[in-house]
Amino acid sequence: MRPSIVSLEVNGSHRDFLVQPGTTLLAALREALGLTATRKGCETGSCGACTVILDGEPVMSCLCLVEPLDGARVETLEGVATGPDELHPLQQAFIDGFATQCGFCTAGMIMAAKALLARNPSPCREDVIVAISGNVCRCTGYAAIIDAILEAAADLRAARPSRAA
Amino acid sequence: MARLRGRGMASVNYPTGMNLGGDPSQALIHATTTGSFVISLSSVDLGQGLKTIMAQIAAETLGVPYGNVMVDTADTDTGPHCMGTFASRATHRVGNAVIMAAKEAREVMMQVAADELEVDPDDLTSDGEGRIHVVGSPEKGIGLVELALAAHFKHGRTISGRGIYMKPKSDVDPETGRMDPDSAQAHACTVAEVEVDDETGEVFVLKLTNVYEIGRAMNPAMAHQQIVGGAWMGISHALYETTEPYYPDRSHGPTDFAGYLMPGPGDLAEMRSAIIERPAKNGPYGAKGIGEMTANSPIPAIANAIFDACGVRVDEMPITPERVLRGLDALRGTPA
Amino acid sequence: MEEILTHFFADERGEPLKVVGTTVERSDARGHVTGRTQFYEDVSFPGMLHLKMVRSTRHHALIKHIDARDALAVPGVVRVLTHKDVPHNWYTILRLIGVEPNDEPVLPEDRVLFLGEQICAVLAETLAAAEEGASKVVVEYEDLPAVFDVEEAVKPETPAIKPHGKNYFVYEGHHCRRIRFGDVEEAFSTADHVVEHRYQSAPIEHAPTETTGCIVKPEGSGRFTVYSNTQALFFTLDNMALILGLPFGKLRLVGGTVGGGFGGKVDVIVEPIATLAAMLTGKPVKYAYSRHEEMQVSSPRAAERIIIKDGVMADGRIVARKVTLYVDAGAYSRHSPYGTTKAAAHMPGPYAIPNVHVDAHCVYTNRTPSSAMRGFGVTIGDFDLEVQMDRLARMLGIDPFEFRLINAYRDGDMKAHRKIVEGAALVEVVQEAARISGRTLPDRFTQMSSLTRETAHG
Ligand code: FES
Ligand code: FES
Repeated sequence: MRPSIVSLEVNGSHRDFLVQPGTTLLAALREALGLTATRKGCETGSCGACTVILDGEPVMSCLCLVEPLDGARVETLEGVATGPDELHPLQQAFIDGFATQCGFCTAGMIMAAKALLARNPSPCREDVIVAISGNVCRCTGYAAIIDAILEAAADLRAARPSRAA
Repeated sequence: MARLRGRGMASVNYPTGMNLGGDPSQALIHATTTGSFVISLSSVDLGQGLKTIMAQIAAETLGVPYGNVMVDTADTDTGPHCMGTFASRATHRVGNAVIMAAKEAREVMMQVAADELEVDPDDLTSDGEGRIHVVGSPEKGIGLVELALAAHFKHGRTISGRGIYMKPKSDVDPETGRMDPDSAQAHACTVAEVEVDDETGEVFVLKLTNVYEIGRAMNPAMAHQQIVGGAWMGISHALYETTEPYYPDRSHGPTDFAGYLMPGPGDLAEMRSAIIERPAKNGPYGAKGIGEMTANSPIPAIANAIFDACGVRVDEMPITPERVLRGLDALRGTPA
Repeated sequence: MEEILTHFFADERGEPLKVVGTTVERSDARGHVTGRTQFYEDVSFPGMLHLKMVRSTRHHALIKHIDARDALAVPGVVRVLTHKDVPHNWYTILRLIGVEPNDEPVLPEDRVLFLGEQICAVLAETLAAAEEGASKVVVEYEDLPAVFDVEEAVKPETPAIKPHGKNYFVYEGHHCRRIRFGDVEEAFSTADHVVEHRYQSAPIEHAPTETTGCIVKPEGSGRFTVYSNTQALFFTLDNMALILGLPFGKLRLVGGTVGGGFGGKVDVIVEPIATLAAMLTGKPVKYAYSRHEEMQVSSPRAAERIIIKDGVMADGRIVARKVTLYVDAGAYSRHSPYGTTKAAAHMPGPYAIPNVHVDAHCVYTNRTPSSAMRGFGVTIGDFDLEVQMDRLARMLGIDPFEFRLINAYRDGDMKAHRKIVEGAALVEVVQEAARISGRTLPDRFTQMSSLTRETAHG
């Protein structure tokens, strides 16, 4: 059982790091790479707080061992904003729509939504519900989150820049 | 097989600032030299939005823009004592402490402005947008930045304030139960509409109509968050949740969200809610506190709607499909 | 968004406000959507040790022997802590407000009272090593009979599950928290109907998306900084100082940003033992609940059994309400003695009932200790009260809205716990809920107000 070097493209940057066998993508992101926006809620695949986009697909990073992912492309919430002061329409819609309370589920929700909008720019309500059905929110009752995702989809379609706060 | 529809209602009260008293919270406020105000607390934001609400309260009392107020919490080295965030006490206790601190800071602020403008402080008002001016003559005034700089560098004064709110401890009379346990009572009434699948025992909550009386909705969008999130938790408690499904038997306890059942994003009820405000005399700007109570009235309203729909009275929470089905079987005279 | 109905209580609203009552952006929202919000677990320190608890596999048993040799042999395991390491081995959170007796050890000495109770702490350089170490600690038990049912527990012949005391909390010499108001028995004898029903709930988990935890860092000054997601920093600090025998000034708690609490993070379980570990090793220590621990070991909302007996007149007036209430506190007190008092004070609900009798029992059983949760002491009672109200209304053939209004409390009424009602608004929420849900009430009911009671009541 020796540590090995894994290479990932994370939010557009090439990262090499050393991991112990059995390390999950979640642990690698949070601990090896210091990317703490991705949250840990259960480590059993039941809460979705750890959702990231892996080669274009939303995955629960607590369920993915990182070693076999060598060479993969990973996107986390840290990479979503379009600039230091410019939020992605999903982020802006979550703020404007009061779709966060404690905020612990927010990273997973936004990543699940971003993966959805990448493959389906015009989702209906049902599509959004399916996309976030693996993500638990204990605070909001989901309605504001669903609305914010639909709002962001509309914004993106209109190719409007994100509305300033 | 049919889906049976029913309607039920429930009304409740909820004690807020409920801690039997003897549970003070403190707040400190000071102005920076550039006219920002920092509120130092040791109170905890659980996601209900304490930081936002406290900044709103301070801005209101100080008469400065919301954007000029920062909340610094929660560090026991820098924040004064707070018992904690529970028992619907945070808005009430901490809010009152913030008002007291802000009043004291405002007094200094107005005095410094009066000195700068060479007028009597009683003749001054704040416009809430960053200026203090003479009542009736908005042009004779001073901006917050200039004022804060002057206080520090010219007058050698700190624009600051200290606040504490305490409800004296209430002892309970052991014989009669006489006590003064709470600070205010909030109120709610929910009407629930459900459908019951008479083959599976499943319950679908179609609509919740709620009216809440909460003293004051400090931030309507955040009150809305508590209402929607709380009603969702109410549905969840009513129909799904427990760590011990065969209570009092200890077996089959869920260990993660795969086993701990809650409604998902596809199981939401239509919601219509309204807010009534009867400001509490002892609440900060009349607020009673809303966070805890929103889950309560939906639970019995749903139970009563289930009875209305199918004639099954389930006296045990959660009202699982199994319990509904057993009730239906009993009504139909078929063996469970 | 909700409509705010300002025509109610219009003359009590006071001066218009500028900031309060308006919607401003949440100050934390930007941090949440960018992931920059810092939760306790987002800090980490070089050399940090991980703490994993060895937990009871029995509901009720004597601990005959603990053998940690195999655990200590696991590479990376540095130490195992037992009760012998805890300076003042009592965790009685409400002793800060004078609640006695001490009933819960920080780490048990000779017995466990519930499945999952923490027994000893394994410290290791990695979480994996701590977990492996914990799995290798051998605990020898001698099973004792367990009690799981509240009414069973309070029977005189049931053995006490704790070395001291009874299977219930003693309220100033009484076996329950009492409310005595008027004379229920007398009123039952003259009531048109007397109706009694039993209600039951099961334990409910707060289930915040972030589990309970803390990270403790020893500082060069000899102090300890504790990054925690507690709901109550000073409550935690004060309890820690008592357990650890430390001057209060040696501790600093940092937190305030919590991934959901709902009352579940008011307990002070992880911080004292993690700080003890940091004191004894000189290293930063992290103790975080797994989701499994959060679900089954952290305090849930108590199960309650409530028996409501009502005397009611044919015209709808409830003349007597007798409530027998059992809060299943689980193995230890934690916040339950207080929650039981709160439950008692909440009776008989928002109604003016002239005769009220409440016996609220705080009962110990061999299950996970329960504690505070959103709506503490009230949520379950409301379910029971309002289902009972529905039953009574149907039995009498009275519309459920009208039935509430007939009995609604008003300003100036005396509650059962002898506090005068003020700021009442039950009448108004019921009237408005009826209106917007399409139920038209007769004039007699729309004219009611919380401010006064009509003289020809009933
Ligand atoms: S942490 Fe990955 S699903 Fe919960
Ligand atoms: S905002 Fe708290 S879990 Fe979603």
